[in-house]
Amino acid sequence: MGKVLTLIVQRLGLGLITLIAVSLIIFLGVELLPGDIATEILGKDAQPATVEAFRKELGLDKPPVTRYIQWVGATLSGDFGNSFANGRPISDLIGFRLQNTLFLALMTAAISVPLSLIAGVLAALYRNSFYDRAINIFTLTSISFPEFFIAYILIIVFGQQLGWFPTLSNVSAEMPFSQKLYLCALPALTMTLAVFAHMMRMTRAAILNLLASPYIEMANLKGLERSRIVTKHALPNAWAPIANVVALNMAYLVVSVVVVEVVFVFPGLGQLMVDSVIVRDVPVVQACSMIFAATYILMNLTADIISIVTNPRLLHPR
Amino acid sequence: MMITKPKKADAANDDSILLKVRGLRIDGMSEEVWNPIVKGVDFDLKRGEILGLIGESGAGKSTIGLAAMGYARPGCRLSGGEILFDGIEMRTASEKQKRAMRGVRIAYVAQSAAASFNPAHRLIEQYQEAPVQHGVLSVEEAQSDAVDLFGRLQLPDADTIGFRYPHQVSGGQLQRAMTAMAMACKPDLIVFDEPTTALDVTTQIEVLAAIKDVVRQFNTAAIYITHDLAVVAQMADRIIVLRYGEVVEEADTRTMLSKPTEAYTKSLWAVRSLHKEEEPGEDTLLEIRNVDASYGGGVKVLHDVSIKVPTKRTVAVVGESGSGKSTTARVITGLLPPMTGEVLFKGEVLPPALKSRGKDDLRKLQMIYQMPDTAINPRQRVRDIIGRPVQFYLGLTGKKREERVRELLSMIDMEPDTFIDRYPGELSGGQKQRICIARALAAEPQLIICDEVTSALDQLVAEEVLRLLLRLQDEFNLSYLFITHDLATVKAIADEIVVMLQGSVVEQGMKTEMLTPPHHEYTDLLLSSVPEMDPDWLEDLLVKRAAAANAKARA
Repeated sequence: MGKVLTLIVQRLGLGLITLIAVSLIIFLGVELLPGDIATEILGKDAQPATVEAFRKELGLDKPPVTRYIQWVGATLSGDFGNSFANGRPISDLIGFRLQNTLFLALMTAAISVPLSLIAGVLAALYRNSFYDRAINIFTLTSISFPEFFIAYILIIVFGQQLGWFPTLSNVSAEMPFSQKLYLCALPALTMTLAVFAHMMRMTRAAILNLLASPYIEMANLKGLERSRIVTKHALPNAWAPIANVVALNMAYLVVSVVVVEVVFVFPGLGQLMVDSVIVRDVPVVQACSMIFAATYILMNLTADIISIVTNPRLLHPR
Repeated sequence: MMITKPKKADAANDDSILLKVRGLRIDGMSEEVWNPIVKGVDFDLKRGEILGLIGESGAGKSTIGLAAMGYARPGCRLSGGEILFDGIEMRTASEKQKRAMRGVRIAYVAQSAAASFNPAHRLIEQYQEAPVQHGVLSVEEAQSDAVDLFGRLQLPDADTIGFRYPHQVSGGQLQRAMTAMAMACKPDLIVFDEPTTALDVTTQIEVLAAIKDVVRQFNTAAIYITHDLAVVAQMADRIIVLRYGEVVEEADTRTMLSKPTEAYTKSLWAVRSLHKEEEPGEDTLLEIRNVDASYGGGVKVLHDVSIKVPTKRTVAVVGESGSGKSTTARVITGLLPPMTGEVLFKGEVLPPALKSRGKDDLRKLQMIYQMPDTAINPRQRVRDIIGRPVQFYLGLTGKKREERVRELLSMIDMEPDTFIDRYPGELSGGQKQRICIARALAAEPQLIICDEVTSALDQLVAEEVLRLLLRLQDEFNLSYLFITHDLATVKAIADEIVVMLQGSVVEQGMKTEMLTPPHHEYTDLLLSSVPEMDPDWLEDLLVKRAAAANAKARA
């Protein structure tokens, strides 16, 4: 077990380094933009003295290194600072929206991960059958359309024609859980269609790839059922690639849902970030970027750790 | 059901035919067309009999063995003939019928146990899978059987070894565990597909003895597939020689060994006749002095290794896998700089690391590898494969380079006009290895390190390659450092022999001296483990070893 722990600690360390690198890039990227929030808010004709005073108030007059350290320190303690645009604490702005985004992402994951894994295993099991072809065509079609297009189709079919689900997903904090689920049905379905194909096809490919192994031939020659061969012999060795693609898609669910959020008027983090970019509300953009980056890093770390702990050679050393 | 008693008590006297194959035809798909691989093969197998199938690669041995289970690999099909197993037609049986037979009445032992055990499950889980899934035994029964069988197959810690994962046991143990797995349902027939080819000679003996023993105990019939005549001589009651998917000759083992009738069989038997007289070396070309080496500063893999290679001589380095043979080659070539010790070429110290060596140092030392398939770039024509070192080391370009490439091709007996524009994919295994030899020669080296250069080749082809190497040695005063685990090759071409064990040199000396007793204990084990063509060799050897062990215990 010692080796597994070392590997996991190493991965965590690497994740931390990546996070620091990302924070530097985010900070420097904003730093390199011409002008700053002071000139943006006060306009071109403002008195230099006023601009200077405003900068001082916002702390923009300090050297970049100091500001970076302050920013990181504050971020670590959960204090993202105040929005430049409206002066409210960023944690208030983000908190509710982050909850919403995570709620939607988790709901989508709860639908899409089991569904795509099962569909993928079945496709591998009944390779080249009608089911296999049908599911392949279906998933290919669904990822070939842009998400907003799928969203509108779902709105027309399930929202207007059938009237099963609401077309607006304007959730609020005090709503009961079931109400939230109901409101989020269509966006979750849209996103499920967006990530289903990757995960399902990867599961299928990872398993089919292993079906050429000598130990699969051996299992065949032991007279085992095909379903047992796929689930007992191929799947346990396919976790690493599957975990990777699932992790990437989970990160995608948190990070890249802005289009879906806009369509369904969903109060999520993506929309907040887009709004903040438009008004150059730098601290909010930085905070959102950090959250997104951390999500990606965390998801990839999880995938790495899953690959490590599902590898019998590492888990049971000689 | 306990297994201490064989399933059929009267089976030993039962001479009835278990497997009857008639006019078996198997096709393989290549370039979108079905081509015949096996062209009408007939044979019978009696209960409890061991049938040896031998032939070179591509003869259809494994394909026939698998066909006996009604199985064709992807890209193959059983296109005609009859496969009657105990009256059941396996070729046309439904998948369900075949599944019910496989693992229960017919079992399979594959060439590479390491690849054929699922890395994700413990040995015992894989052992009990067939009997439990087919409803033959309960989990408890299967597990207690397993312990018994592991014991019979002389696996260490029979009680607990089953709870290990495949990567936690050695290759030889894994091969025996796979034999145990095949025996799990006490099948009537086991197909052994080159079960010892991937093993060292010393390990091979244990596996062969264990297989033979357990198959006799349960009166199991077996099809034993191999390309190694000496091995099949130990195992089989009867031998079928195959070539190009057809039966060349069939006879009981003793007759086949003493009086083969067909020319092809005789040529197979004659391969082991290559022999070169040894000559003592005069001056030393390459010397390794007191080398210690390790990978990444971890465990030492070479301990104080010293070897001398004389000019125009062949020094064979022998030993089991993991003995440090290839690591020694890496130290010599500079791929792995040693921790201590030095490499001298013509009395001068070579820089330890590859990148600090000059072009001329590199030129004088060339290598030929085990797998010609992976050692040459499949996207380059022969012209470029050989032309590249000609240009790099000798600076020849254009017409001169072309001329030199043609010259080199003639030296390795390959017609330049035919071969110069071919890609490696258009060459046979032996031809590819010749190209590798020509590429090494192109640098005009003084020493060539040959790392298992014939192990991937069939015996006839291997012999041609060896003859070529000997001729080139004569013509160009080459020295060879010949790394191999195949002692027959060593006997054929070496002048001197170095025996390595666990990273150290155990013994070294002239060939005849090394091959005549008294040996170092390990050399003795290694030499006596090489199978001989005598069908009684294995049993005699085991008796001798047991006696020696007893004597030692008493003393």
